Amino acid sequence: MIESLYSNAHWAFILLKIVVVVLAFAMPIGSLMTLLGDRKQSSMIQNRVGPNRARLSIIPGLGKLPLVGIPHFLADGLKMIFKEDVIPDGANRFWHNMAPALALFPAIVVWAVIPFADMYCTGTIVVQNYRDICMDGEVRNYFSIANLDAGLLYVFAISSVSVYGAAIAGWASNAKYSLLGGLRSTAQMISYDVSMGLSLAGALVIYGTLNLNEMVVAQGRLLWGWLPMWGIIIQPLAFFIFLAAMMAETKRAPFDLPEGESEIVAGYFTEFSSMKFAVIQLSEYVATVFVGALVATIFLGGWQVPFLYGDGFHFGDSPEPHIPLPYWLVIVLRIGSFSIKTLFILWLQFMLRWTLPRFRYDQVMNLGWKIFLPLSIANLIVTALIVTLL
Amino acid sequence: MAVTVRQVERPQRSLWVQSYVPEVVRGLSITSKQFFRNLFTKKDVVTIQYPEVQRDYPERYRGIHRLMYREDGQVRCVACMCCSTVCPANCIHIVAAEHDDPSIEKYPASFVIDELRCIVCGLCVEACPCDAIRMDSGIHAHPFYERDQAFFDKNALLELGGPSIAVQGGQNKGHHGSHH
Repeated sequence: MIESLYSNAHWAFILLKIVVVVLAFAMPIGSLMTLLGDRKQSSMIQNRVGPNRARLSIIPGLGKLPLVGIPHFLADGLKMIFKEDVIPDGANRFWHNMAPALALFPAIVVWAVIPFADMYCTGTIVVQNYRDICMDGEVRNYFSIANLDAGLLYVFAISSVSVYGAAIAGWASNAKYSLLGGLRSTAQMISYDVSMGLSLAGALVIYGTLNLNEMVVAQGRLLWGWLPMWGIIIQPLAFFIFLAAMMAETKRAPFDLPEGESEIVAGYFTEFSSMKFAVIQLSEYVATVFVGALVATIFLGGWQVPFLYGDGFHFGDSPEPHIPLPYWLVIVLRIGSFSIKTLFILWLQFMLRWTLPRFRYDQVMNLGWKIFLPLSIANLIVTALIVTLL
Repeated sequence: MAVTVRQVERPQRSLWVQSYVPEVVRGLSITSKQFFRNLFTKKDVVTIQYPEVQRDYPERYRGIHRLMYREDGQVRCVACMCCSTVCPANCIHIVAAEHDDPSIEKYPASFVIDELRCIVCGLCVEACPCDAIRMDSGIHAHPFYERDQAFFDKNALLELGGPSIAVQGGQNKGHHGSHH
């Protein structure tokens, strides 16, 4: 039994999923976002053009096209590899080398539980009570790396480890600005960890499970027959609190005091050069994409397309589909819907960076402890009352 | 001397305003409007694509030097050393040689300007009595890969140059500051 459960093919398949999810979705979108999101989108908000000069001249036919500036991130990667790696005098060499790894590790590992589409059913699908029931076939986990029953708990645990990356980076640099940035980031991240968890406790009470795939399946229900019960409709306050808390966790503007940009040079990653800086920046962008994916999963219906179930579109509560669709098309539509929702939250985060001025540090702490924490506790109490009484 | 104190009331903010949500929505509408406007039309974008599109320089813009020549094609410069003496950056190097024509006593055998050292002050143009050197070429000094590429010698300077109809002594002063 154990033999077949952990056969070589099984491990090879897990490795393939890791490669596809991390290397083909999380990392490319994360690094493309350093270009398309941070530079091109910012430039379009600010009435300028953004980077458009890098050319892929080794590919014939593309030598003259600007390609929306995408070759710039390849050029940036090459530049980072060839730069000199400087470790400041008196810095703790071991921790200075480890800090980028500590920042990148949680950002990538936490992608293991995000479901890109529903579990694959090898038999036929019958839709009952707004769920796909798999008849005479077995359910295979093709679309998330690990279908953990404690998926959300895993996410919280791993993202709490990400505090270490910034703190150690700031301390190990033996510089005033880095230390200031590291301390600020530690305080900010652990403050918003609390309200992040508590705001999701309301969603947990309603869904009754920590399994992220089950949460998305539960969002397929139609309220009053026509309104898809996405998380944002049944927990709107938790959506705002969670989005703001996650933006504070990833130190994304307007909570970007630890990076400081105009105040303390670059905050905790001032003294990191070449590839270490690229790794830290990449970890920040991958975490930002992950925030988009998590918000899409819990609050925006994940891979659910409204009214789409395993065998086609059902408008209303009928067991037969009004527009039947082949199964592979349903899967493609679901993956596409997930990607669109993730990209929308990502776009929103980049817009908020240029919309809101940076918060002052006492305002950040005030918001985290005196406003978000009581609000998320109140949200939890009200949700629990409603669930018990109804 | 009594100090007058005036109490200024802080504006009362309602809970809705203080929750920052309407401000965020208003700000997002402004940035989104600019984003979608620049995504589909390019009306508001003020960037020019240099070097394909260049801005116009002013009329008296001082660029790379050029040596002017007489009607018969010889260089107008008589190697009087006025420009190299007045140059604050010591970037003009002239080696004089004797000219066969006795009314033109000297000519520069070698005339080298180090464009990297030049501070673009225009004093050499003002000092020259012969309208031999001008800075109205309208070309600014481009970046160089090697330092010795910045040493413009006589041939390079003459290439940019043009004929001048100024006459030694005062008649037909020529057109200072215009392109030919």
